[in-house]
Amino acid sequence: MSFTLSVNGARRQVDLPGDVPLLWALRDGLAMTGTKFGCGVAACGACTVLIDGEAVRSCQVPLADAGGEITTIEGLGQPGALAPLQEAWVKHQVAQCGYCQSGQIMQAASLLAQIPDPTDQDIDDAMQGNLCRCGTYPRIRAAIHEAATMMKAG
Amino acid sequence: MASWKTITRRSFIVLGAAVVGGAAFGAYKVAEVPANPLTPAPGSTPLNPWVIINADGITVIAPRAEMGQGISTTLAALVAEELDVDWEQVRVLHGPPAQAYYNAGFVERMSNEPDYQLSLRENSHNAILAAVPKIFSLQMTGGSTGAIGGFVQMRLAGAGAREALKAAAAKRLGVLPDTLKTEGGKVIGEQTFTYAELAEEAATMVPEDVPLRDPSTWRYIGKTMPRLDMVGKCTGTETFGIDITLPGMKFATVRMNPKRGGAMTSFDPAAALSMPGVDQVVGLGNGIAVIANNTWTAMQAAQLVDVQWGDADYLVDTAAMMTRIEAAFATEPDSRLRDDGEVEAELAKGDRIEAEYRIPFLAHASMEPLNATAWVKPDGAVEVWCGNQAPIMTRDAIASSLRIGSDKVRLHTPVMGGGFGGRTDPVPAVLAARIAAAMPDTPVKLTYSREEDMTQDFYRPAAIARLSGRVENGKATALWGRTAAPSASRNALSRLVGFAPPGPDRATVEGGFDQPYGLPHYRYDGHVADLTVPLGFWRSVGNSMNAFFLESFIDELAHAAKADPLTFRLDLMRDTHGPSATLLETVRDMSDWDSLKRPGFGRGVAYCYSFGTPVAQVLEVQDTPAGIKLTRAWIACDPGLAMDPGIIEAQMTGAVVYGLSAAVQGAITFADQSVVEQNFTNYEPLRMHTTPGFEVKVLQNNGAFGHIGGVGEPGTPPAAPALANALYDLTGTRARSLPLNQLFEFAT
Ligand code: FES
Ligand code: FES
Repeated sequence: MSFTLSVNGARRQVDLPGDVPLLWALRDGLAMTGTKFGCGVAACGACTVLIDGEAVRSCQVPLADAGGEITTIEGLGQPGALAPLQEAWVKHQVAQCGYCQSGQIMQAASLLAQIPDPTDQDIDDAMQGNLCRCGTYPRIRAAIHEAATMMKAG
Repeated sequence: MASWKTITRRSFIVLGAAVVGGAAFGAYKVAEVPANPLTPAPGSTPLNPWVIINADGITVIAPRAEMGQGISTTLAALVAEELDVDWEQVRVLHGPPAQAYYNAGFVERMSNEPDYQLSLRENSHNAILAAVPKIFSLQMTGGSTGAIGGFVQMRLAGAGAREALKAAAAKRLGVLPDTLKTEGGKVIGEQTFTYAELAEEAATMVPEDVPLRDPSTWRYIGKTMPRLDMVGKCTGTETFGIDITLPGMKFATVRMNPKRGGAMTSFDPAAALSMPGVDQVVGLGNGIAVIANNTWTAMQAAQLVDVQWGDADYLVDTAAMMTRIEAAFATEPDSRLRDDGEVEAELAKGDRIEAEYRIPFLAHASMEPLNATAWVKPDGAVEVWCGNQAPIMTRDAIASSLRIGSDKVRLHTPVMGGGFGGRTDPVPAVLAARIAAAMPDTPVKLTYSREEDMTQDFYRPAAIARLSGRVENGKATALWGRTAAPSASRNALSRLVGFAPPGPDRATVEGGFDQPYGLPHYRYDGHVADLTVPLGFWRSVGNSMNAFFLESFIDELAHAAKADPLTFRLDLMRDTHGPSATLLETVRDMSDWDSLKRPGFGRGVAYCYSFGTPVAQVLEVQDTPAGIKLTRAWIACDPGLAMDPGIIEAQMTGAVVYGLSAAVQGAITFADQSVVEQNFTNYEPLRMHTTPGFEVKVLQNNGAFGHIGGVGEPGTPPAAPALANALYDLTGTRARSLPLNQLFEFAT
């Protein structure tokens, strides 16, 4: 089976069965490994991507249903052209092992799209599905506030 | 991190090695310089295993593996400090398995003396021990030793390269090297040369005198450096082991006997093989692997294989295991590493206070599941990519499982999505190699499901402790602690290196026997339980067990003495270890401890000296309608020389979150010889909204100048007792077993 996905603004063809989750279509089918596997059961958020601007757990979305505009961490910004969220993440030196951070950043992107100036409670509500085994939560919180400020200032 | 691919033709590996031996390790035979393991680029002369120079900048080869602890940045900063390069010019790579990258710090931490009583510089016993890992080829990352082992080694590498570059420039200019200076990646004299211009010549120079910078002139050491791996980790461009992508690669997973070590009596692959996309089902003796065209299909198919498992050689469930651990109290103590005063006589005076504590097995549950990629080449050689904490051991294990020479194994160590001690065993690398052998000349990536990662882990031991103590006139006079547990280190070392070192098992009692409490009568015993479940090193090892026992019990003594628990500790420590007393005062002030307790809140204090770094913590909890919340945490630590305060702060915070996660709700249990908890759904770490706010202070009073304590682990041990003590303060209920959610209702 072959499916055409719209990933980071490009049409990409994946030759995998339709029940394969989007996570694995990205990672194994398209070699886009920025999106991570952590649990496979929607319990960790490492696999978070945006579909039509909304954060989803890509381990739970069958390829056949991944019809919308998909944005992955690779599409948010690149090392030479960081998105404001990534800049804030670097400024606060958030990552330790870094494995959860693609998912954290994508979840935060969806949060800021909905609530441009989130309170701590908003951050708790939006980010509680994203685990970080290294315990970087305090810096993630600070970086989200920072990004909100940066984005407001334009 | 940089990739080996970017080390191009015009790269030169510049020196320092000849000097490293002599200056760093004196006259020991083992101090001779190990062979340089780096394959030189064509046209270059390799002399030094730590520094590569090319037109793009400086690449530092980090001898320790990056698991998130920031060690690669700190090691690179040590080189850069001496080499006079701008931070923007520096990149870092993990070196190949080689004896040159042995970890001297590792054995420095294996002595049975309490660290606070040692002077690092004077202890010749330890200096000799420090040579041992080179003999044993312990290129190991663990024991919070990375920065310690690298402190002299990496600075000498940078200084050696600097002096070689100066010598090369001096030769060209016909002047003495002393007349030249270095700055921003250049040698400056009458004429200015970039390092890249000089590298080829410098690689042939052996400078005689390699002075190290005076600490007062340090620009990088002691500063918070931007981590070299940060941008990659924030853009999804960092390549973790699980991200290795190779041409024509296949995807595999394993399903191993959940009764660990048991055989597989039979398996029927038919249903799995009928799934579209499945290439092969491979029998592995004690499990199966499925190879497919994507990982998910492999994982689904693995569940369809009809397998009959044989039994393991250990007890059937947690209850039976705890009974076996308890039975160890009736055996002779394996160790009595502390026996001050006359404990028995003092306790016989009456009014003994006694308590028993119990703690469960724990899993590592790194965020990146276990994985490895292998490619068996047509000539029988194998190339393996696997995030691991012990490359030489891993390489040799792969070689012996494929029955090929170690020289036929090329092992890469990509960065790891967490380790916490859980990537020491070579199992994933070995399995990947065996699976790839079933598909010659095809790279195969093995990814564990979370369920396999958690049920095939090597666990932190469960343990029971019995403590007795006595107080008089508001002061503690005696404490006798006894810990019974299976030995993680004997279990792991027998598995890893084939023998368990003789002598007392430090890991069973560390964090209990070695604390600077000036109790007149202080004894600590270890009883090793005869239990064979798979065990390993879990962030802070035995300290995570004994700090909970000791620090909970000290709190109980304080309450019995009607004393403030913080002042009570301070009184016991003031005369034995000043820097630790200062830490207690620091968290007292940070948390405003002496102010009146707020209604609805509870606070607890705990302390532990481990891996060369004492840490004091105060934790605050709040009773809310939704349950108990962890509100704030204050941490003060003292590693001695703080090489990178930003990284230390992050490590302390992270280590406390790790410890609190286990304390609140972490338990691995066994039923029918198999681990019950298989995913984050029932082995759940703290999350954003359940993690307290943090304030961290890093002090630098501990030890003589140059003392460098570990920072990756020492934050973990005090977390559980600080929380248990806070819960007692809040509720009046004393928790004597973990996890705490068995006893208290937390807000979730
Ligand atoms: S991998 Fe999708 S939520 Fe964990
Ligand atoms: S940074 Fe390691 S899991 Fe979040």
